[in-house]
Amino acid sequence: MKLKTVLAASTAVMMAGPVLANPQAEVLHWWTSGGEARSVAVLQEQFAAEGGTWTDMPVAGGGGDAAMTALRARVLSGNAPTAVQLKGPAIQEWYEETGLADIGAVAEENGWADVLPAQIAEHMKCEGEWCAAPVNVHRVNWIWGNKQILDEHGIEMPTTWDEFNAAAAKLQEAGVTPLAHGGQAWQDATVFETVVLGIGGPEFFQQALVDLDPEALTSDTMKQVFDQMRTIRGYVDPNFSGRDWNLATAMVMNGEAAFQIMGDWAKGEFLAAGKEPGTDFVCAQTPGNGFLYNVDSFAFFNVEGDDKQQGQALLARLIMGEDFQKTFNLNKGSIPARTDVALDEFDSCAVASAEAMNAGAQDGSLLPSYAHGMALRGAPAGAITDVVTAHFNSDMSSDDAVQQLADAVANAM
Amino acid sequence: MEWLERNVPKLVLAPSFVAILVFVYGFIAWTAWISFTRSRLMPRYELDGFIQYERLFAAPRWDVAMNNLFIFGGLFIVISMVIGLALAIFLDQKIRAEGVLRTIYLYPMALSLIVTGTAWKWILNPGLGVQEMVRGWGFENFAFDWLIRPDMAIYTIVLAAVWQASGFVMALFLAGLRSVDTEIIRAAQVDGIPTHRIYSAIIIPTMAPIFLSAFIVLAHLAIKAFDLVIALTGGGPGYATDLPATYMYAMAFSRGDLGQAASSAMIMMMVIFAIVVPYLYSELRPRRDQ
Repeated sequence: MKLKTVLAASTAVMMAGPVLANPQAEVLHWWTSGGEARSVAVLQEQFAAEGGTWTDMPVAGGGGDAAMTALRARVLSGNAPTAVQLKGPAIQEWYEETGLADIGAVAEENGWADVLPAQIAEHMKCEGEWCAAPVNVHRVNWIWGNKQILDEHGIEMPTTWDEFNAAAAKLQEAGVTPLAHGGQAWQDATVFETVVLGIGGPEFFQQALVDLDPEALTSDTMKQVFDQMRTIRGYVDPNFSGRDWNLATAMVMNGEAAFQIMGDWAKGEFLAAGKEPGTDFVCAQTPGNGFLYNVDSFAFFNVEGDDKQQGQALLARLIMGEDFQKTFNLNKGSIPARTDVALDEFDSCAVASAEAMNAGAQDGSLLPSYAHGMALRGAPAGAITDVVTAHFNSDMSSDDAVQQLADAVANAM
Repeated sequence: MEWLERNVPKLVLAPSFVAILVFVYGFIAWTAWISFTRSRLMPRYELDGFIQYERLFAAPRWDVAMNNLFIFGGLFIVISMVIGLALAIFLDQKIRAEGVLRTIYLYPMALSLIVTGTAWKWILNPGLGVQEMVRGWGFENFAFDWLIRPDMAIYTIVLAAVWQASGFVMALFLAGLRSVDTEIIRAAQVDGIPTHRIYSAIIIPTMAPIFLSAFIVLAHLAIKAFDLVIALTGGGPGYATDLPATYMYAMAFSRGDLGQAASSAMIMMMVIFAIVVPYLYSELRPRRDQ
């Protein structure tokens, strides 16, 4: 009898052991600027409230390059962090290199498959198993306009690139810089992909920038895209080289320029300056139809120990929690990856973005952004950006550009 | 005891020798190995021939980077040496306040290249800097927009680098000028030889080793130039001011293409060897003759 009690007690302790273990998470991320740091703090608080111990590992610099270098060092030394801010095909690339933890149990339990758009859910899976959790969805193909300037010149937000060109020519004649742009490679690439989407349509975008079909890359449509890039080059101010994106946003805000093509993080700049959507600035999708997404996510590496694995499970559950998705994205200016979060507190641009995402998920125009590392792995994406930025900043002809594009993509494989 | 006496120097030097063997030559060998593999995000060790070098030489961006290295390196070395020598000769005229002037000219060397690059970025920015200022004086058509012209931007890097380094070269040359035997100079002056001839025929030829040192220092600064480009142009417009070092950084750290990065690093090392090996050869040969 006594022996039985002891056995039962010790079994209970053994069963309870893992449950009682304190969930641990060491989180590598590069959200260090004001609004981003506030957003991460929300997650940190929720994690602590559930009894977890969060070890913060922020690595600033280089748009995540520094964090990736830190990650490589940690993985090579056999001590991977619990969770890492990773996105797009980099998740699968890391999976192939080192393997990632399977968080399928959490995903099944919380029904992730039902609340995520299928295209975005696909990014979170490694060979069919859930290995990452999405935090937010940024829409890349936005065009921002200064309401006052547009009203003054009687210009509507353009819905085709021809309309954009006509509006820009009119503005230029009136002495207003039509497009605020920063001459950095990734910004050139951002404009480029919106032009590809606008002129070629979603199907062409898929062929050219996701499947890297050589025929699409050298097609006449692609030549038209480069022609349009050349036209756009004429609508930026002469001093655009090297300008940061937020300074370009400030130009629109201050009435020095009429439009900017930039993802919805630009909205944060407008809102921080106390501007109202609809009255001070207008948001619209870039000419053409479709939704280019840039999804931030956390991937989970293989770690030893119950406390760490529980930390991963807890973190994954919290990241996909409705509460966190709402608070985080209100802070960051993006929209929740979950489609079932109430959008009452979000501004009109975010609501429009969410509607477009749901529509795009249905008709297949929900596409990954190549310029922000969602469509392609590092080497081919970089090779395309090299050609785009070289063309935009020189007098290269469209024929040469498509040829170089095809060569560069072939060389990067 | 005798054994110890004989071997103490070796024992003392051994740790640093081993450290250099591993951390310099070991990692050069590792990089060379990686450059013959298909490494992407993480190093892989299966050899795969010259594929990375083929990719490297097929990349237009690498061509631009190498061309820029020759333009930048050539101009930077020559102009820094000419300005440095001129400054040193002028300062050598027993002028008043030499100490103050020398410090002023040497001061840019105390700055980090990041600071130099950022300051020159503002000075050269057509909307903020020199161009805007001169236009403000009433010269409406004045243009100085090298920074934003893909064909001229590399020369802005030369400009900033020369500004930074020529004071240092001046200090080298000044030390060289001071070390020339004053007896010879006096003798030449007594013979009534004009000053410019004294410099061109006596002083400068005796300073040949200083020229060589200055050249080696400047050449390696040029080849490893990285921070100045990042701060001044960020490699732009487009990739017009890319240098091999920035190319390597982009491949290794932004694109997850370690094989490309390793092969470009090997080419950079070969360029340095092409300069340093003849130097070492000329330095070491006389000793063998003795």
